Amino acid sequence: MTTVNDLLRVTESGLYCERGDFYVDPWRRVPRAVITHAHADHARAGSDRYLCSAAGKLVLRTRIGGGSPIDTLRPGESVSLNGVQVSLHPAGHLLGSSQVRIEHGGVRWVVSGDYKLQDDPTCDRFEHVACDVFVTESTFGLPVYRWQSPERIAAEINDWWRANRDAGRASVLLAYALGKAQRLAAMVDPTIGPIVAHGAVMKLVEAYRASGVRLPSIDRVPAGARRVGDGRALVIAPPSVLGSSWLKLFGESSVAMASGWMMLRGVRRRRGFDRGFSVSDHADFPGLLAAIDASGARRVLVTHGFSDTLARHLRESRGLEASVLPTRFTGEASPDAAAAADDGEPDANGDGDGDRPDADALTTS
Amino acid sequence: MKRFTDLYWRLDATTSTNDKVAALRDYFAAAPPDDAACALAVLSGARQLRSVSTSQLRNWAAEATGLPAWLIEECYAHVGDLAETLALLLPDAAPDAAPGTDLGLAEMMQRTIHDLRATTDDHKREVVADVWRRLAPRERIVWHKLLTGGCRVGVSRTLVARALAEVAGVDPAEMAHRLMGAAAADGPAYVRLLASESTEADSRRPYPFFLAAALDRTTVEHVAEDLGAVGDWQSEWKWDGMRAQLVRRGEAATVWSRGEELVNEAFPEIAEAGGSLPPGTVLDGELLAVSDTTLLPFAMLSKRASRKRVTNKVLADIPCVFVAYDLLEEGGVDLRELPLAERRRRLEALVPVPFTDRLASLPVQPAHLFLSPLVAGGSWAELAALRAEARGRGVEGLMLKRRSSPYGVGRTRGDWWKWKVEPLEIDAVLLYAQAGHGRRAGLHSDYTLGLWDGDQLVTVAKAYSGLADAEIVELDRIVRATTLEKHGPVRICRPTVVLQLAFEGVSLSTRHKSGVAVRFPRIVRWRRDKEPAEAGTLADLRRMIVAT
Repeated sequence: MTTVNDLLRVTESGLYCERGDFYVDPWRRVPRAVITHAHADHARAGSDRYLCSAAGKLVLRTRIGGGSPIDTLRPGESVSLNGVQVSLHPAGHLLGSSQVRIEHGGVRWVVSGDYKLQDDPTCDRFEHVACDVFVTESTFGLPVYRWQSPERIAAEINDWWRANRDAGRASVLLAYALGKAQRLAAMVDPTIGPIVAHGAVMKLVEAYRASGVRLPSIDRVPAGARRVGDGRALVIAPPSVLGSSWLKLFGESSVAMASGWMMLRGVRRRRGFDRGFSVSDHADFPGLLAAIDASGARRVLVTHGFSDTLARHLRESRGLEASVLPTRFTGEASPDAAAAADDGEPDANGDGDGDRPDADALTTS
Repeated sequence: MKRFTDLYWRLDATTSTNDKVAALRDYFAAAPPDDAACALAVLSGARQLRSVSTSQLRNWAAEATGLPAWLIEECYAHVGDLAETLALLLPDAAPDAAPGTDLGLAEMMQRTIHDLRATTDDHKREVVADVWRRLAPRERIVWHKLLTGGCRVGVSRTLVARALAEVAGVDPAEMAHRLMGAAAADGPAYVRLLASESTEADSRRPYPFFLAAALDRTTVEHVAEDLGAVGDWQSEWKWDGMRAQLVRRGEAATVWSRGEELVNEAFPEIAEAGGSLPPGTVLDGELLAVSDTTLLPFAMLSKRASRKRVTNKVLADIPCVFVAYDLLEEGGVDLRELPLAERRRRLEALVPVPFTDRLASLPVQPAHLFLSPLVAGGSWAELAALRAEARGRGVEGLMLKRRSSPYGVGRTRGDWWKWKVEPLEIDAVLLYAQAGHGRRAGLHSDYTLGLWDGDQLVTVAKAYSGLADAEIVELDRIVRATTLEKHGPVRICRPTVVLQLAFEGVSLSTRHKSGVAVRFPRIVRWRRDKEPAEAGTLADLRRMIVAT
């Protein structure tokens, strides 16, 4: 929990720094929003003024639309907001994702946003930032979640794609349209066949390219097409296409889901995908612990996921002052709602931006 | 072990019957006979004694991972499958251990499972730790399931029979029959199974059971429309007992349950009564527990069935009868292709005394072998009226069997129908929820429901099934959002959801706080139109005891 004496506290509009008069990832319209990354549950349109990383500006603009000014900081560059020092540091979650470091009166807070420690060719690597209070996510905060190396996952996806291609089947890979989709495109071996993407993915592919990220050649699915590809393509699309007629464009296909939740057999089976690849842009359990340990923080606030469990484990195993930071989303993400969208960011207020599928349509597929 | 692991995951990855049969066929065509016999036993759901308890496994996993027990339990509650939870938690296998050390399924089960039964806990732990070091996570899951005796893979006997029939090049029905009973205990027996050399065990073998399907539409008008002329159908009571075959061949008679277990020891008087039948006779029927004057509840019959050996006291307290409704073999000749009407005529000649629910009036006492009487109804309306009396008679409804039909294999729709009495129903409030297992792992899909007792809600039933997958996902979100307290895997929820509960009967019970127990509770639908305050009361439920 947070108290009024803390540098940051939870208010109706989100995590608020009173002394600096700014919010981090507010869920309502506020005068000044510091944004960790551009996923819908962290970056909402309508605030008067935004601050994010220089690398993430174009992606954020794509998501929140025109109008409000977006200020940027380079990695580690610091700005004073009403006397509070604010700097942004790479979080490794997706292009431009940042941890927000806030310092005032000798007390240092780091709000990590969503993060991962694994290598990702489409964004800067997570940076360990020393602090007194660390605010961490816990989407995959159970020890059953341990990721395989990105090379291993890439090899699995390549093998699946190659086998489908040889059998004349399209390979449909479902992934969140922002971040995961571009990362996957950069991970796979583009010599296997053509890569095509859904319009929702393409919009962000262009924002990534404009931001200087190198991606392989990716074709847009032409509007009004009746048949696309000849069974050799890798098709990257958001999960919302599942059960829609859009999928029929590709003829016979194998449908795979790329999500950390695919670790669990029950989730894989229930959702009826042909394949599941356990690839996530969130830290796995060892990753969370490594980040928390490296922060040197004595106090840890856990949010978004298995908060109770991780907080208790941190208290018992490390003697840390760890507690749950309540968010607007009471309860926790369920694997199904989350696997439907991306890795555990249920769009609780339902004002989704089109990437988010209707959960009911998904579960019946 | 790798070959069987591959089979397990191939079966797991598909819902297509043809793909499953293909996976099984590929496995059986390639596996050595010893392994194949072992796999066949596992796939048939053969029970085996546990050599290691799940709490030992949890403890050893806690040691191996350095994680506290509560955290392992949290993981289990989330994953919903202990075998998988532990496989995911354990450190990765040693990279140098894997190649060249793969044991066949039979040897693996002998060395790392069966042999553990007679050894010390310390030795068990060494063996388990060694296996953990050698197996990859996907193999560990399968091995854990074998070790704890819970390796269910979702293939029916019919599918196994189809696959083996393809391997052996015989008719699937023939293979289904060969597979009855203890089909292949070891490699040589498996070879004989495929080659169809008859064995001693064959002489006791029952036939594959023909199973009835539930009618899709149960109103009298629908039944008349769907089934046609009432005269084409034979109707009997649907007994609330245990399906069984009584096989009299050679010197002795054997009693087989539907699970193809030999239950002579649990029902010695039935086996003895079977000895009075002419050799070469097979009856299909129902085991029922009775007192002098009335049918005893199913729970009493279960008490008998669960015994390896029954004492004289149990024999006297819970007498049992076999009520025959079909004749499958006479004079050593398989009659299954004959029309039911003809089989029935021969059955009545062989077992003439009909069973009635007024037992004191039975002409022969004590006796153990009866004929299941026909329920006479000149019209569907008359039958419907009799069906409505079923609950009062202690039966579950009516069976409708086409007079011209042969005796089939498995649950083939069309000739045998269950026309069960309509269930009792009440609207109840969701109070606790627990994460499900298997396909529903991680989703709160097991519900404890309550009714009003004054201004309190008291729990009356647990129900697992009946909602659509999409509804379960939606309820899961509500459960998470309305959780008041967590007790391990169980969440206590703020009462907000009303579910319509169906059940077969109500009885007094000292085991439940509410003082009543319902039989076969399941969820019919989500009453989104109702507030918890509008749900049923305990008094409503108690009134149903009187009604039954």
